[in-house]
Amino acid sequence: MEIPYTIQPRPDTGIYNAKLGIWLFLASEVMLFGGLFSGYVLLRVGAPDGYWPHGWLDVRFGTANTIILALSAITTLLAWAACKVGQFGKFKFFHACTLALALSFLCVKMYEYHDKWIHYEIKLTDGTFADGHLVEKSTDFNLAKKIGSVTLHGRIVNDETLLYDLRSQKNIKLDEVTVKAADITSMENYGPWHNTYLALYFTLTGLHALHILGGSIVIGYLWGPGRKMWKTNPQQFTNRIEVSGLFWHFVDLVWIFLFPVLYLT
Amino acid sequence: MKTVAQPDLQEHPVEFKSYVRTCIYVFIAILCATGLMIYASFLPHYSWAVKVSLILAVACGNAFVVAGFLMHLISEKKMVYMVLGFTVMFVAGLFWLTLYAMQDFPAGTTH
Amino acid sequence: MDATVEQFPPHRKHDTHDEHAHHDAGFWRGYVFSSDHKIIGIQYGFTALCFMLFGFFLMLLMRWQIAHPQQPVPLGIGWLLEKILGNVAAGGAISPDLYNSFGAMHGTIMVFLGIVPLAFAAFGNYVVPLMIGAPDMAFPRVNMASYQAYFLGGVVMFVSFFIPGGAAQAGWTSYSPLATSIPTHGQLFWIIGMVLLISSSLLGAVNFIATIIQLRAPGMTWMRLPFFVWAQLITAFILLLAFPPLEAAAVMQLMDNVVHTSFFLPTGLAVSGNLAHISGGGSPLLWQHLFWFLGHPEVYVLILPAMGIVCEIIACNTRKPMWGYKSLVYAVLAIGFLSFIVWAHHMYLTGMGTKISAFFQATTMIISIPSVIILTCLFITLWGGSIRFNTPMLFALAFLPMFGIGGLTGLPLGFNASDVYLHDTYYIIAHFHYVVAPGTIFGLFAGIYFWFPKMTGRKMNEFWGRMHFWCSFIFMNLVFMPMFAQGMKGMLRRMADGGANYSAARVPNAMDTLPTSIMELHVWILWAAIALGIAQIPFIINLFWSIKHGEKVGDNPWESTTVEWQTPTPPPHGNFAHAPQIYRGPYEYSVPGHATDFTPQTEPENVPSPKISPVPIAH
Repeated sequence: MEIPYTIQPRPDTGIYNAKLGIWLFLASEVMLFGGLFSGYVLLRVGAPDGYWPHGWLDVRFGTANTIILALSAITTLLAWAACKVGQFGKFKFFHACTLALALSFLCVKMYEYHDKWIHYEIKLTDGTFADGHLVEKSTDFNLAKKIGSVTLHGRIVNDETLLYDLRSQKNIKLDEVTVKAADITSMENYGPWHNTYLALYFTLTGLHALHILGGSIVIGYLWGPGRKMWKTNPQQFTNRIEVSGLFWHFVDLVWIFLFPVLYLT
Repeated sequence: MKTVAQPDLQEHPVEFKSYVRTCIYVFIAILCATGLMIYASFLPHYSWAVKVSLILAVACGNAFVVAGFLMHLISEKKMVYMVLGFTVMFVAGLFWLTLYAMQDFPAGTTH
Repeated sequence: MDATVEQFPPHRKHDTHDEHAHHDAGFWRGYVFSSDHKIIGIQYGFTALCFMLFGFFLMLLMRWQIAHPQQPVPLGIGWLLEKILGNVAAGGAISPDLYNSFGAMHGTIMVFLGIVPLAFAAFGNYVVPLMIGAPDMAFPRVNMASYQAYFLGGVVMFVSFFIPGGAAQAGWTSYSPLATSIPTHGQLFWIIGMVLLISSSLLGAVNFIATIIQLRAPGMTWMRLPFFVWAQLITAFILLLAFPPLEAAAVMQLMDNVVHTSFFLPTGLAVSGNLAHISGGGSPLLWQHLFWFLGHPEVYVLILPAMGIVCEIIACNTRKPMWGYKSLVYAVLAIGFLSFIVWAHHMYLTGMGTKISAFFQATTMIISIPSVIILTCLFITLWGGSIRFNTPMLFALAFLPMFGIGGLTGLPLGFNASDVYLHDTYYIIAHFHYVVAPGTIFGLFAGIYFWFPKMTGRKMNEFWGRMHFWCSFIFMNLVFMPMFAQGMKGMLRRMADGGANYSAARVPNAMDTLPTSIMELHVWILWAAIALGIAQIPFIINLFWSIKHGEKVGDNPWESTTVEWQTPTPPPHGNFAHAPQIYRGPYEYSVPGHATDFTPQTEPENVPSPKISPVPIAH
């Protein structure tokens, strides 16, 4: 006996098996990202006043990514619609668009990660803080031995809280700032270890990016080797496009919450 | 909005245009929502609590549009989106509960 | 009339393509990389039983250490430990660090590698598709992937014992900051293992829910489902929704361990007297909330399948319908929902305020009501029944008072005030072991004896089954009952010396030390545990011996009504030739006016045969 309702929907539920399966899986994904978001909420509410970052992420990149992902959600839906009306050429086009948009999202993300990677906060021996993007380290730079110097494109501040809430500060002036290794107490770049906000940022967006990657692999497979099924079983193929599309829309949904929470608040 | 019960390969190409139309409306809605959120986040004279509530409300509306139309939740059986809606409320309740748990302290203790 | 003839003719002229493929599958595709739910169920069962044995062995080592602190383990085991593990077992004795890793891994292995795979995945995979009249699970290849993820997770957990530094030591709860401060890699392996196990469970849960909703045979309405299927459905939902926050927390703890983030590490944390080089700003409480958000629903995952199994066995062996089927269904639905809002009763001592504690206390009390309803329905079913005392029934009957004790002793723990005293004592160990060990495990043993004839066509030996039962029953109680006394006297959990540092013998003039009578119980418990272990040997031998030499039986030796007994033995690939039609509810036993005392769900209405006496079934 064959497994029923793989293609035709079951009358009382109105859906076929894989669709129910993907919705259930998405429910578990909601709980997964929900757990991380709840961590964000708790850690932010518990942070001491003045020490929660605002404006550390470039809103323009975030907006670009939002538009890219929204567009890719649209093209995914249109790819499925093309399958439903039997226009395989249109499907190939829209699916390729989705893939291209997904990969550009990842490129923008990688650029943003790199930007954080080269952004340093240096605590100086006189109690001030130098903060900015790395321009260059002198060839003999050695922090442990206290020789050499490092040049940042940034600023020096007395109060560490000024480094946190960037939104409330107007016209921050950035200059070339050179700091000698001998004056450095500690030096750390804006990785996840630097701050719980960054830890949450990297973990949330990293997990999201992994989902984008996974989704891209599935979409790429269906666009490439997997498209053979269109000839033998077009209905099941259409269902596969729909199911992978649902996953993709969910990934977009997560970004709809990630963007405001991380970039705008 | 199209129902999704039976994939029908003999459909009129006109139906595809209706998908395109829906997609354009949804995309515009997403753009507007995004713009609204960015604008709200830069409003100068409000506390973060107010701004966060506003932004999250818009985000929820945005999510509803994506889920309802792009994931065609609206055209599924009523039971499906009632269950999902209940789940959303439940999750929101759990968030609130955990937050409350971290904020409630015994009287007279340091924290 | 033999219902099986209708469903599947013995001469299979028209094999489907799938069947041909299955017949031609070699050893690897047929038995190792199979996507057939029955093979996967057996794979899960066998692997889980092996892990349970391993976890049991860890417990014996711990009990030795508790009863005879710092003495070398006898019978050459200490020597072997030192050979394999090195310094941590110096002199053949179990060092405190090694004790801690045994404790952490015993819990993790028993819960995640033993009970959940056996109760949910093994029994569920084998029985549920048959019970609902489906040819397989909804997603057979996802099913196979789910077993493979479980197996990999188990390998990672097992291997962690042999890495430098040994296995995880921070308890099965892996609380931060301890879990991040331990300088070895055991915790990392634990987290990776957990991520694999959680993924396996999630895939399995999706499969179960989709199968039960979509693949029920025609006529199998919701209220005609056997209670076991309801229990598995709710269990699957709990797994689906409760595991991901732990996965999120595991990812965060992984980041803390590897990348040195501070999700759970507070500002000002000092390790070994030195300020830790971390950003701080994290919250250890966050880990606890996320862990127990899974941790509490997890215990319902442990108990519900066993309740389902016991229900099926009781109905079949009392020859009566279940009393209160609807109550059972609504109760299990209520348990499923309520289990998500009680978690902080594990955190009463974390400094929560009175309002929130009152909330969790209230929900904890409320959730005991549906559990009592289920137990009550099971008890009332026995009244007026023709009880057949075979081995599965003995285990199922013993489940009832054992779960009763476990559940009732949970009440003082649910109340904030009494839990302040009892938290982290041996009382807790006794409570949860009563629910899981003589509770769930007895249900699972019952299931093994009950469904063995469907898997193999033979019954397990009845005499040794009864021996297994009585010895297990007596020794389980002897192991765990004293622990209530120890806990109430204040003996704390996870003490590698068994509380010797706090004993009256060590500190004679102090108040409220552990009296010698309480300390002496350790030795009794050790002997009871060893006897319990010995009592399992006949079971293991019986299990394997009966596969080839057990008493041969027909397709429905227990004369049960549910659909899995209306198939050939063992059910072929695809289970049914055509979707069976379901005509009635699952417990039509002793229906007045009917010739036989049971009517299978698949037997059509108005069949002329009731006038003819049926061919008597041999057993």
